[in-house]
Amino acid sequence: MGHLMEVRNIETYYGPTMAIRGVSFDVTQGEIVTILGANGAGKTTILKTISGLMDPQKGSVAFEGRDIQRMDPNRVAGLGISLVPEGRELFPFLSVRDNLQLGAYLRRDQAAIASDLERVFEYFPSVKARASQPAGMLSGGEQQMVAIGRALMARPKMILLDEPSLGLSPKLVKEIFEIIVRINREDRTTIVLVEQNANVALQVAHYGYILEMGRVVMADTASALLEKDDVKEFYLGIKDKGVRGVRRWKKRKTWR
Amino acid sequence: MAEFLQLLINGLAVGCIYGLVALGFVLIYKAGEVVNFAQGELVMLGAFAAFTFVVQFGLNYWVGLVLAMAAMAVFGGLLDMVVVRRIVGQPQFSTVMLTIGIGVVMRSGAAMVWGPETRSLPTPFDATTFHFGGVVLSAVYLAILATTVLLGLLLFCFFRFTRMGVAMQAASQNQLAAYCMGIPVKRVLSGVWALSAVVATIAGVMLAPISLVDTNLGAVGLKAFAAAVIGGFGSVPGAVLGGILLGLIDLFSGVYLPQGFKDTAGYIVLLAVLVVCPQGLFGAVGRKKV
Repeated sequence: MGHLMEVRNIETYYGPTMAIRGVSFDVTQGEIVTILGANGAGKTTILKTISGLMDPQKGSVAFEGRDIQRMDPNRVAGLGISLVPEGRELFPFLSVRDNLQLGAYLRRDQAAIASDLERVFEYFPSVKARASQPAGMLSGGEQQMVAIGRALMARPKMILLDEPSLGLSPKLVKEIFEIIVRINREDRTTIVLVEQNANVALQVAHYGYILEMGRVVMADTASALLEKDDVKEFYLGIKDKGVRGVRRWKKRKTWR
Repeated sequence: MAEFLQLLINGLAVGCIYGLVALGFVLIYKAGEVVNFAQGELVMLGAFAAFTFVVQFGLNYWVGLVLAMAAMAVFGGLLDMVVVRRIVGQPQFSTVMLTIGIGVVMRSGAAMVWGPETRSLPTPFDATTFHFGGVVLSAVYLAILATTVLLGLLLFCFFRFTRMGVAMQAASQNQLAAYCMGIPVKRVLSGVWALSAVVATIAGVMLAPISLVDTNLGAVGLKAFAAAVIGGFGSVPGAVLGGILLGLIDLFSGVYLPQGFKDTAGYIVLLAVLVVCPQGLFGAVGRKKV
């Protein structure tokens, strides 16, 4: 069986700057796939390229066997791909309820939309209490919940989550990740999770890719990645003292 | 007292026209970050379109009006699709030059098609006047007030309750997110241009009995621009109220202030508003981050 999404050798530029230098990866139906990397590694650019907000210079993105690179973002959304953008990107002057309902913009089944709205409120009770307030008035955590809820309202086949932990307290991060796992388990929704917080991401993901300078440098199952020395040291901050206390600066990443 | 009341009503009516033209500015600016300096010319073309249907083709006034609005909606939408869309993402300065250029082309085009003469557009209310005490109210002015209120209500309902209206709001608040929701942002923006052209047409038709139809009708755009700035560029109610304020100032200063103030008083108020509260009266709190 093929993968739900296959990304092949995409190269994406910001003007003359090459942000993605030939990235390939697969996303299997029903899994949580995480893409990890430091600032500027190109994580967000990958999601923007998939969702059509940016066009790759080279390479292809196939979703359900269909090439979607260079498609307009609204058409990509119509295929069942929902992006939860970095920094939430809500509609600040519309009410929370309107924001959520806009997530279902392409759907016509009013009854199902209403029941999905109830479900989002059940996932995020604190959002329900503020349903009639303008979304711009909410706290960062609540805004993130609305952003995820808005993506869910489209009943997507695949959700692209861009740094959902950004700027949130550890407690909120935990809450949000619990919901992400629930969404994945209960609806079998495929999730592509881009994170800087490698620890949390690898706890929930099935498979992980590590991105550096616009290239994939490591790919493995999440549990295997958690065990790798390089990942431990450079992404999880767990330092092995070593027999004679090897100094950090002597250590080189195996992929360099 | 009678004179004051009459000035009040007439000022309100003129202000409503300014307000509607300003509304056109604001709609386009909010949705697409484009300041459309050809908005006044859209008003002029709208009036000429109505003139063509009503006078030249001899149609019923209301039928002609609807046809003019439809024609201008198509024109506005096409203007966005064919010309303006190509410059999105370029520096603000290019869009300014582009829309000014479009305005010049429209004015010259109108002169070529309809000639430079001044025309009049007869309306069904032309001769009708009402007398209340000492106040003489012309039906034209009352019709302008009623139309503006009605149009305001319609627009409110459109933006609040229709799918397209909500999509327009969403696209103007966060284009990126609107795209991700599956809203066809480009088509929505063309829709905003069409809507703005329709509003301009209504303003043009209302302006016609007051100031006659010629190719300089677009000059109202300058006043309306001032109105939009006073209201805080980007605020829809602000644009209308700014327009009404300017209309009142126009008429009152023409009567109560020395000769020459009629044309300058509005701009003096504009400067004063900008000094006292630079975001305009109803401007969004917190300015755009650059």
